[in-house]
Amino acid sequence: MLRDITLGQYYQTESLIHRLDPRVKLGGTVLYIVSLFFFRNFLGYGIAMLFLAAVIRLSHVPFRFMVKGMKSILFLLLITVVFNLFLIPGTELVSFWKLTITVEGLRTAVTMAIRLTLLIVGSSLMTLTTTPNNLTDGLEKMMKPLKVFRVPVHEVAMIMSIALRFIPILLEETDRIMKAQMARGADFENGNLINRARALVPLLVPLFISAFRRANDLAMAMEARCYRGGEGRTKMKPLVYQRRDRLGYLCICVYLIGSIAVGRLV
Amino acid sequence: MSIILDHISYVYGEGTPLEVKALDDICLQIPDGQFVGIIGHTGSGKSTLVQHMNGLMRASAGHLYFNGEDIYDRDFCMKDLRGKVGLVFQYPEHQLFEIDVLSDVCFGPQNQGLTRQEAELKAFEALRRVGMPMELYYQSPFELSGGQKRRAAIAGVLAMDPQVLILDEPTAGLDPMGRIEILHQIKQLQQETGLTILLVSHSMEDVAEYVDRIIVMNKGKILFDDIPREVFSHYKELEEVGLAAPQVTYVLHALKDRGFDVDVNATTVEEAARTVERAVSGRT
Amino acid sequence: MGIVRTENLTFEYIRRDEEGNVEGITTAVDQVNLDIVQGEFIAILGHNGSGKSTLAKHINAILYPTEGTVWVDGMDTAEEAQIWNIRQTAGMVFQNPDNQIIGQVVEEDVGFGPENMGIPTREIWERVEESLKAVGMYEYRKHSPNKLSGGQKQRVSIAGVLAMHPKCIVLDEPTAMLDPKGRREVIRAVRGLNEVEGITVILITHYMEEIIHADRVFVMDSGKVAMEGTPREIFSQVEKLKSLRLDVPQVTLLAYELKKRGIELPDAILTTEELADALSAFSPAGKR
Repeated sequence: MLRDITLGQYYQTESLIHRLDPRVKLGGTVLYIVSLFFFRNFLGYGIAMLFLAAVIRLSHVPFRFMVKGMKSILFLLLITVVFNLFLIPGTELVSFWKLTITVEGLRTAVTMAIRLTLLIVGSSLMTLTTTPNNLTDGLEKMMKPLKVFRVPVHEVAMIMSIALRFIPILLEETDRIMKAQMARGADFENGNLINRARALVPLLVPLFISAFRRANDLAMAMEARCYRGGEGRTKMKPLVYQRRDRLGYLCICVYLIGSIAVGRLV
Repeated sequence: MSIILDHISYVYGEGTPLEVKALDDICLQIPDGQFVGIIGHTGSGKSTLVQHMNGLMRASAGHLYFNGEDIYDRDFCMKDLRGKVGLVFQYPEHQLFEIDVLSDVCFGPQNQGLTRQEAELKAFEALRRVGMPMELYYQSPFELSGGQKRRAAIAGVLAMDPQVLILDEPTAGLDPMGRIEILHQIKQLQQETGLTILLVSHSMEDVAEYVDRIIVMNKGKILFDDIPREVFSHYKELEEVGLAAPQVTYVLHALKDRGFDVDVNATTVEEAARTVERAVSGRT
Repeated sequence: MGIVRTENLTFEYIRRDEEGNVEGITTAVDQVNLDIVQGEFIAILGHNGSGKSTLAKHINAILYPTEGTVWVDGMDTAEEAQIWNIRQTAGMVFQNPDNQIIGQVVEEDVGFGPENMGIPTREIWERVEESLKAVGMYEYRKHSPNKLSGGQKQRVSIAGVLAMHPKCIVLDEPTAMLDPKGRREVIRAVRGLNEVEGITVILITHYMEEIIHADRVFVMDSGKVAMEGTPREIFSQVEKLKSLRLDVPQVTLLAYELKKRGIELPDAILTTEELADALSAFSPAGKR
């Protein structure tokens, strides 16, 4: 189930979007998400959709891969729609049993569904086209001004990239320990809440011990390779803006102005 | 009758481009009381195979019978099966979690519904069988040495009174003497109790001395399934799939090529020494 | 003076019980004197808990001696100012391949060391390329380490150390968690470093087959150097090795058994060919 979530996954292929500077993609995603909250009519969402479709096309990430990612949030989407559909007061549209659907409710529900879908697809596109390392590099560089306020920017970025590297390893480990305990008759699926929580002890204790051991080993390995924080460190892949990155920024600005103008004024 | 695998296949990521056949149409029968070695390199499907035998993994196709019952029948109790087919995972010491060794070994039997007292009796018996020194029973499992941790973990499965004991790489990471000690202990256990034992390993030399039968896995299929000397006679094919026969096999074949009358099927150092001695002294 | 030298190196640590009270003192390394010459291939053997890993961690200045001194390329590891120079001179590869790879792409991991050293970007790329080529992992440079086999991961780790241009590499049981195929890959890569690049190798292991190519072997037991010599000298003492919880390769053992049975063979046979050749003397062809 966990591997169905495409959010945060990287899809390896060659494309213009993959080659873009992570800062462009990060900034662009933020601006894109902001734009979604400005629209007052469906025309704006139409433009946002077209823009996204164009970027997806450029990214060479297969569309069904995106759809697969949507499956995991389908439930969340449904709840949002249902709540908005039935709970917003206003002009009655249809009514059956104790439930009433209003014009306002329908409108909000549809808007929310579109907005949420565009938001999730947009942000997963960023992670699908950017390696986690690249992403943390981008974050680190964008947040550099915060260093003035003593925010440990480099350390935070390093912690993030290490966490990303170890997530698959720890997931595999969890699976292994779970199976080992099941072989000893442990039951993780049945029983009431308290029993289930208690059943987690044989899983969590070994998992924590292993995580600490790994952390300890890794720290030693990093020190052995002369790691001593961000000071005096050079980069193998330094971020330098190219022509395509400036073009990327330009496209986003054009989109932002255009879509908001249409979405609010027309 | 014990365990019968009838055309078992297991496919990872079915329907995706990353589809991998981890097990490909495996037919196998493991009679009671046999000591079997399952050999293959990483990714050959040997670990996947044994996880089917206690129902932790479910085959994509095929049937698996334990004592004549189809374990994929709806009313078959998987939990009982896991007690009867004990599986000791690789690096089993990573599953220890209780405050003392005895409590940890009691975990399995208590899951089977035994009271603490009954479980402790089973645990004492199991710890004795794996050769754990008595003074360590009430120690924290995390303070034991590597070899002792491994014994405690094996006892944790043994205490469930299985009819079949499967050990996945029980010697991984141990030093030479530790390896020999564990293997001896397992052999002794098998002789005393008549348990069916499946030993998963990537080392021919480790298992050659102990097992009655070797199953060689490669790419999800059974490459060879025979008594050790027969399997090792295919040493050239073994090499092609990245495995090797014990070193003595190579020495004996080299000698045979040079005109010595040696029995190339000897599998242990002891047997090899005997046949070489005979061949050499026969000529001098 | 050699690349790595220790004088009366002793390392003790205090054992504490759960309440933090001192239970006793364990001497993990006890009065060890080593002198390793640049370019040598050294193997350190010993059972688990013999102190061999503790000894290794002193060479990389991860641990400091309680007593005695360790010099790496003339630098005293106790001098704090030299620590980064020492770690750069004597690189280290650890046992668990998963717990020492930092990058999420092979090439980025190999670049980690040079990045820390402040090497200019262009040179980092050159170093990464040559290091990956040296261990035969260049074609995997864009891969995720999680998708590699154990042997491949260890070779990436070795490349990561190599990219720091060390004079000496310490490998702390690099093959303990690998299958035979992975073990062969790693040992081949390590021998390449020693023979082609002239890097001093200190290989810590308990697999006997891996040390037959070493120039010198040290056997550790309870913190002390219990045996020292060429592989042949070491392997000629089968009984002593067994008493130190070690083993010998099957061929060596076979030759030893044959000798016990009165067949005259040279001491410490290391390979199958050697044994077959030695026994050929007894064949009709050998006698003529």
